[in-house]
Amino acid sequence: MRSTVAAILRKDLRLELRTFEAIPSMTLFSLTTFVLFHFGLNETSVEGDLAAGVLWVTLLFAAILGLNRLFVAEEEQGGFDGFLLAPVDRTAMFVAKATGLFLFLALVELVAVPAFTILLLGPSPWAILPELILVLALGNAGIAVVGTLVAGIAVRTRARDLIGPLITLPLLVPVILAASQATAPLLAEGGAQALPGRWVAVLGIYDLIFGLVAYGVFDFLLED
Amino acid sequence: MTLYGKGLRSLSIATAVVLTGAFLLIAFYAPEDADQGIIQKIFYIHVAMAIVALCGFTAGGVMGFMHLRTHDRRWDLRSYVAIHLSLILAVGVLLTGAVWAKGSWGSWWVWDEPMLVSFLIVFLLYATYQPLRFSIEDPERQSRYASVFAVVAGAFVPINFAAVRMADSFIHPRTLGTTTGGMPGEMMLTFLVTLVGVALLFVTLWKYEMAAKHARGQVKALRRRITGERASVVGGRSAAPQVHV
Repeated sequence: MRSTVAAILRKDLRLELRTFEAIPSMTLFSLTTFVLFHFGLNETSVEGDLAAGVLWVTLLFAAILGLNRLFVAEEEQGGFDGFLLAPVDRTAMFVAKATGLFLFLALVELVAVPAFTILLLGPSPWAILPELILVLALGNAGIAVVGTLVAGIAVRTRARDLIGPLITLPLLVPVILAASQATAPLLAEGGAQALPGRWVAVLGIYDLIFGLVAYGVFDFLLED
Repeated sequence: MTLYGKGLRSLSIATAVVLTGAFLLIAFYAPEDADQGIIQKIFYIHVAMAIVALCGFTAGGVMGFMHLRTHDRRWDLRSYVAIHLSLILAVGVLLTGAVWAKGSWGSWWVWDEPMLVSFLIVFLLYATYQPLRFSIEDPERQSRYASVFAVVAGAFVPINFAAVRMADSFIHPRTLGTTTGGMPGEMMLTFLVTLVGVALLFVTLWKYEMAAKHARGQVKALRRRITGERASVVGGRSAAPQVHV
């Protein structure tokens, strides 16, 4: 199982390194969205609830961009058939793809979050960096787990670019809700407040439950 | 060949009787709310529909799970009908909720009412169930993917409710909560009768729909037997699972 996951993950990362398809476009999309928010909200700087909302909605839409492409190579180049012919655990595909999406999101945030603090954020985020990274990691995990599962469903449908986001967005409402609530006090004007533990707990529980559900049902998507 | 409609007549009569009784209780027996007035009476049907719709979504998830486990297409049909009916009830919940909000708080939409907000999210999620089915052509894969969706969405419903409830400021009355003392006995009785009535309505409609789908499948099979393979072309636009008898 572990070697299968590593093989798929290595394949995806190499593909990304050679084509530079997903991560640069997701990053560019985030930067453009920050600019759009500047003009749409007509604010030179944001803080608190507004900052958390702008950050998370932008990251969510960037993630949607990535998960639309997540299984396209497998579907179009016959990767699914090759994978099914190999004598390996099918859940490995889910674990590898979810890990890959998590890594992609982390790399995007490596650029997008600093850009956000420069372009839009009022208060300095240095003091709360560890907490922010924790919330980002938990939010990414939720997006990666649910996004991978839905991308696996959507890639085999006729209207995959439509169906994927349509199912993903309502499923991720609790993630955006909890992540924004957890991030808002960190980005508050006039000094960060404490990280609200119960929203971190909600994120953790969501990740755990949907991780288990997706792990359990993903096999059925690869049955033919 | 058996027909699916066994016991439908008595079930229909029971539904009609209980629902009529519930409406009579709501109109004449239940006391008028002291500060909300007559508009509060919409609560009985609103909350009853909400609970039945949620149970229907959950049942759809369990049936989808059974389909994945047994590979029996009939479980997919059951799940499909349950989700379809619950979606219609959810529209009713949103409409009655909006009317109630307008009546007692003065605006059509209240964001700090967790029931309404959660229902909107659940509705938006389940509204993608039909498009998902429509966009998968292979019937076997369509059933399988729809069941996966039903299981995931079924798990989503309680998490979503918990998260949205945590975020609000508790303007919404806790119907069955233990902390606020609950409602007076007459209201409770009326509510429970309405709940049973709506639940019966759900089961009856579910059975009718199942009977209709089965009858259609049987008619198609008979026609195929008479005219040969020619008649197997399906007309109309439907993503409902086909019954093979």
